[in-house]
Amino acid sequence: MSALVLAQHDGGRLEAATLNTVTAAGKLAEAVDVLVAGRAVEQVAREAARVAGVRRVITAEADHLAHPMAEDLAPLVVQQAEPYTHLLAPATTFGKNVMPRVAALLDVAQISDIVEVLGPDRFRRYIYAGNVLTTVESRDAKKVITVRTTAFPPAQAEGGAAEMVAVEAPPATGLARFVGREVHRSERPELTSARFVVSGGRGLGSKENFRLVEELADALGAAVGASRAAVDAGFAPNDWQVGQTGKIVAPELYIAVGISGAIQHLAGMKDSKIIVAINKDEEAPIFQVADYGLVADLFKAVPELTEAIRKLKANPGA
Amino acid sequence: MCAAQAPTPGAAAGGKRRQVGPEAMKILIPIKRVVDANVRVRIRSDGSGVETEHLKMAMNPFDEIAVEEAIRMKEAGSAEDLVAVSIGGPRTPETLRTALAMGADRAVHVLVEGEVQPLEVAKLLRAVVEREQPRLVLMGKQAIDDDSNQTPQMLAALLGWAQATYASRIRLEGEELEVAREVDEGIEVVRVRLPAVVSVDLRLNEPRYASLPNIMKAKRKPVATLTPAELGVDVTPRLVYTRFEEPPGRKAGVKVASVQELVEKLQAEGVFG
Repeated sequence: MSALVLAQHDGGRLEAATLNTVTAAGKLAEAVDVLVAGRAVEQVAREAARVAGVRRVITAEADHLAHPMAEDLAPLVVQQAEPYTHLLAPATTFGKNVMPRVAALLDVAQISDIVEVLGPDRFRRYIYAGNVLTTVESRDAKKVITVRTTAFPPAQAEGGAAEMVAVEAPPATGLARFVGREVHRSERPELTSARFVVSGGRGLGSKENFRLVEELADALGAAVGASRAAVDAGFAPNDWQVGQTGKIVAPELYIAVGISGAIQHLAGMKDSKIIVAINKDEEAPIFQVADYGLVADLFKAVPELTEAIRKLKANPGA
Repeated sequence: MCAAQAPTPGAAAGGKRRQVGPEAMKILIPIKRVVDANVRVRIRSDGSGVETEHLKMAMNPFDEIAVEEAIRMKEAGSAEDLVAVSIGGPRTPETLRTALAMGADRAVHVLVEGEVQPLEVAKLLRAVVEREQPRLVLMGKQAIDDDSNQTPQMLAALLGWAQATYASRIRLEGEELEVAREVDEGIEVVRVRLPAVVSVDLRLNEPRYASLPNIMKAKRKPVATLTPAELGVDVTPRLVYTRFEEPPGRKAGVKVASVQELVEKLQAEGVFG
């Protein structure tokens, strides 16, 4: 058994999601290789080679791989697929975009968003917005898999000494090209791997009021999330959305502010270790999953909580 | 590949001629009939599957957004023949009628009993694409029942077409589409060559409700029926779902009376230390 992990990176650094995927791959195969594709990605490849448990890093550099376009990445993964029993990528928008294209080219089914490895061909994954946990078996010779990153701990970033090889990528397909990205730069921790997350919902009422959530997050050193309702209403950008079709998070502490707790939202956060809900409606479904519920006017409670945490941090002994 | 040469039974069925631009294209819109998003499903008592009998069914919400986008492209003069296609059992045409009532011109029903998985769905859709020759396939990014998020990408792969997934804005620019995609980092803008497969995300548009006159009109729009055998596709599932379980539940915790009490509880949990 050997596995190939398609690395997610930003051109300069390996994304954390790659490390979780290496862990999942290690449960499937004795040998785990990592494929790094890009334009000038030597630095990323070196970083991947230091990850504990990686046997070999395969680097494919080409101008047309400068941005992760599925049309050009999938043929490269297929070209490299031959020796492997398992092909994996994180279930991020990157992996979810590329891997089904790989699977179809190989004529195999894809197992999406696995949360557990039961054996080389048996996995667990959720369906129906996290309401049903299934066990699924693949009879295909090669398994194409995307991995829910919150379900697997990250592999150690240091300690490995993988062999490095370079390969030539298939030519550009010319089907699609990258135009640009509107990225919301932030000093805050990355949402899917943050220790703490503070999320806001429709209860905030406006984009201006969403600042209350951000201030609480910053006091805690937390990432900021949002419910679909809040994103739809324009209170928060799309990349903050937590839920069935947004991001899946499982922090140590999740604070839901003004979020009612639709099934679709719970699907994205119910594996959090501690859930706190602040909502003025005591019937809100979010309270059914919250460890600590505070029925209160968020416009009073949230600034008060922010202040209390600031004080606590300034004076830990108090 | 030219839409104007393709047969358009929708027009023959008596629709009014509308002004169409020179690049007006045929759009195929694959839709899925799923358990309504507001209904909570139950696992069968023997754990053999999910009970979907007698539940309220609806069009997959993401597919509704795809139908709406296709209609808007037609209203803008850049599309002329909107073909909804769905794969499923004998009641699937009910869901196709919803697409027709919203404004699709005609529909294709691929009649299959039982489970059909994404790879086989993509193969059936490829066969329909080969018959219909659309320049664009517009579909939801994922179905809210199996949450696979695979079919559009697989279809694009099988056709050798470009794919623009998770679209939150689509603009036709000659032989290309400029698509804004919702990605984990924010918004990514790509240009794809036509023909292409575009999968749509939540914030592309707000789907319309069908009006009563349009619901009546939809009853007269043509729905063709095909079978996997006619399309030459083996739909045997490749993945075997062997177990269905309730996920580990969370018990509701305690209500705290004040922010002060909340902070004390979190301190006791060691959150701040």
